[in-house]
Amino acid sequence: MVITVVVLLPVVFLLWQAGHAGWGTIWPLIFRSLTWTLLVNTIELGVIVTVCSAVVACGAAWLIERTNLPLRRFWRAVVVLPLAIPDFVIGYTWSSLTPAVHGLFGASLVMTLGLYPLVYLPVAAALRRADSSLYEVARSLGLGRVRALLRTMLPQIRAALFGGCLMVLLGLLAEYGAFEILRFQTFTTEIFTEFNLGINTAAASALSLVLVVLSLLVIGAELALTRSVAARAGRPAGGVRRYRLGWGVLPSLLLLAALVGLGVGVPASTLVYWLTQPQDLVGVTPIPLLGAAGYTLLYSFLAAVVATVAAFPVAYLAVRHPGRLARVLERLGYLVQGLPGLVIALSLIFFAVRLAYPLYQSPALLVVAYSVMFFPMALISLRASLVQLPRRFFDTARSLGCSPASALLRVTIPLAAPGIAASVALVFLSAVTELTATLLLVPNGVQTLATAFWAYQTQVSYATASRYAALIVVIAVVPGIFLSRWLDPSRSSNGGRRR
Amino acid sequence: MMALSVSGLCKSYGDTPVLRGVSLSVPAGSLTAILGASGAGKTTLLRVIAGFEPAGAGTIELGGLLVDSGRLRGRVPPERRHIGFVPQDGALFPHLTVHGNVAFGLPRSARRGPAVGELLELVGLSLFRDRYPHELSGGQQQRVAIARALAPRPRLVLLDEPFASLDASLRATVRAEVLGALRAVDTTAVLVTHDQDEALSVADYVAVLRDGVITQAGPPREVYSAPADPWTAGFLGTANLLTGTVDARGVRTALGWHELRDAGQLPDAAGEVTVLIRPEQIALHQVRAATPRLTGKVTETRYHGHDALIVVDVAEVGPLQVRALGADPPGPGDEVAIEVGGPVTAWPAEGNV
Repeated sequence: MVITVVVLLPVVFLLWQAGHAGWGTIWPLIFRSLTWTLLVNTIELGVIVTVCSAVVACGAAWLIERTNLPLRRFWRAVVVLPLAIPDFVIGYTWSSLTPAVHGLFGASLVMTLGLYPLVYLPVAAALRRADSSLYEVARSLGLGRVRALLRTMLPQIRAALFGGCLMVLLGLLAEYGAFEILRFQTFTTEIFTEFNLGINTAAASALSLVLVVLSLLVIGAELALTRSVAARAGRPAGGVRRYRLGWGVLPSLLLLAALVGLGVGVPASTLVYWLTQPQDLVGVTPIPLLGAAGYTLLYSFLAAVVATVAAFPVAYLAVRHPGRLARVLERLGYLVQGLPGLVIALSLIFFAVRLAYPLYQSPALLVVAYSVMFFPMALISLRASLVQLPRRFFDTARSLGCSPASALLRVTIPLAAPGIAASVALVFLSAVTELTATLLLVPNGVQTLATAFWAYQTQVSYATASRYAALIVVIAVVPGIFLSRWLDPSRSSNGGRRR
Repeated sequence: MMALSVSGLCKSYGDTPVLRGVSLSVPAGSLTAILGASGAGKTTLLRVIAGFEPAGAGTIELGGLLVDSGRLRGRVPPERRHIGFVPQDGALFPHLTVHGNVAFGLPRSARRGPAVGELLELVGLSLFRDRYPHELSGGQQQRVAIARALAPRPRLVLLDEPFASLDASLRATVRAEVLGALRAVDTTAVLVTHDQDEALSVADYVAVLRDGVITQAGPPREVYSAPADPWTAGFLGTANLLTGTVDARGVRTALGWHELRDAGQLPDAAGEVTVLIRPEQIALHQVRAATPRLTGKVTETRYHGHDALIVVDVAEVGPLQVRALGADPPGPGDEVAIEVGGPVTAWPAEGNV
């Protein structure tokens, strides 16, 4: 309970902060033409990116999971690689490639390429479980190929599709770096400017309020849309039969190659190009690469441990003692997902400045911010692995003389180890690639890879910046590979160990 | 001495009562089977006895020691009840080897000792000590589960439908091995099952659980031939229930006069009664020239190989189920003569279900 309260503190701070500025100042700041422009920008971008991501992701997932496409394993691995490349790095590579990539078009392109894996992963998982016999029954009832496909497969992946789109929208609302690079104005860029340049906290918190309301609306809409969808679990009763592409193999391969080329090839090759260019430091003290990497690793790892340790009791309570209290606590935990990192960082700064000044610009505050931001991720992966653990193991351990604490240590935690590792990896990966909150909260005199990259990038020192970006990607790929192996159904996490 | 005494035990989940006053005594050293249909509360009863769930009301005593009286105060947690528990599918810890599983409940110093090896010897799995559970067959997993439960020398072992998930061909063998291991260490055991044959054939005592109440408990023969009520009679096996009247000489039904198994069972020695006649109490003969009093016509023959269940339609009685041994049972349409042997059980007709 304490943990949930701590996780929810940012909301409280945000409201307090707004109240501190006085509602009289806040209202005019919310209802002005700038807000309207930002809103239009955000909605345009949201619609374009979500639709594009959904189409790209569903197409790719269907080709990879339900057809006889060659090299399936290879595509499965590379198609999710953009997850390991921070969006601001994708934005930087495209923007350094050609100035044509900017504004709404540039933002749509970059964000679609960066975010479509968030739709791809759940949809591919759902398609893998989808029942072929439904499609065959539809065909036998007189539906054509395409109509049968849409009417039998779409309902089976609907919940996954909406879930993925929700993640895309939340990601869009929270993104800062890529938009700044692409010169596209959204709430986050504006809040950042207001806060950083003018130190206009009133305006920043007013816009943050709008941003939070938007995020909560998105979550609410997702809940309302998916409530009626019953989740299908387990193996499909009717089996999985793959669609034979026939002559369609070549165009399908070309489409996937184009997607991977744009999403992974372009950023990777651009990074390599800049790495081979001479350093272009102009009158700035160089930031030690390894030092920055050390700080990134340290803070990210601490955050991964803190978030996992904090999420474990909440996940355990929600799975083992499902009651109203546990449900509310869990829901509140997920609510944090709707809070952009920028808002969390701002509210923590406000908290530190007002109430705990020694914490201001301390590493602890940054670790706390990461932990709060990525708490829902830890919660989801821990919950998923705890749900699979039958209660019998715990009970049997008790009957063999274990106290509850020792049964937890000797049975539950070893068995939940894959989930715990996944939680640590997921939070670590997210923290390494985080930019917005890091920029605001990084301790004085410390540079992480992300802030160093940002410092050079804003000075158009593309070659130097590329070294930091490349190191971020390299560090992020390691837990990324681990995670994709964990999520891979062909070697299911611990199902193989149990009969 | 009673190893386990349960009295007036109640347990509800939310507003749904599952156990409504269960009373049960398990003598030390015996194997007691709790027999019930699914949803009768069998598993809940085991879980409350083991201490995984608190009792709502009533008391549980283990070897004369009160472990739960429906109140939080004085409730003994499962790890201090010394009850071994064998769940339905064994629930072997997947992250531990066979040896690790069996040694789990032993104190740290004893885990390397000879006890584990002796138990594995007992269940015939010495060669498998370094295997992981997923490398074992279902029957082997059950044997490891029983060895694990026996390792800390429990006062009582609870088995929750331990053979239900095994193939029919395997079940009898595994059952014999597991029960052999239990007898070898001379433990008291309570076995929950929905399989009538299993309960009647292996247990020293059978307790029939219906809708959260024990309807009858006793040795298998007594429970089978003298059930407490018509429902129990039907639950334990095929039953022909006829109406009859009682007088000083015995019971009269449409099939003739029968000796009463226990006349004291009937509070009033006269009036309408329901009479139980088991299928194997009825013998079928060929109809001879000297026509016997009772004949009927076979309407259905269910052939089982070792015997056959034959449905005979008798005038004024209706269909009767008869068990016939022999290689050549009568087929549908045959006329047969009927003879009932042995004492019967009867209940007052008001108790009819």
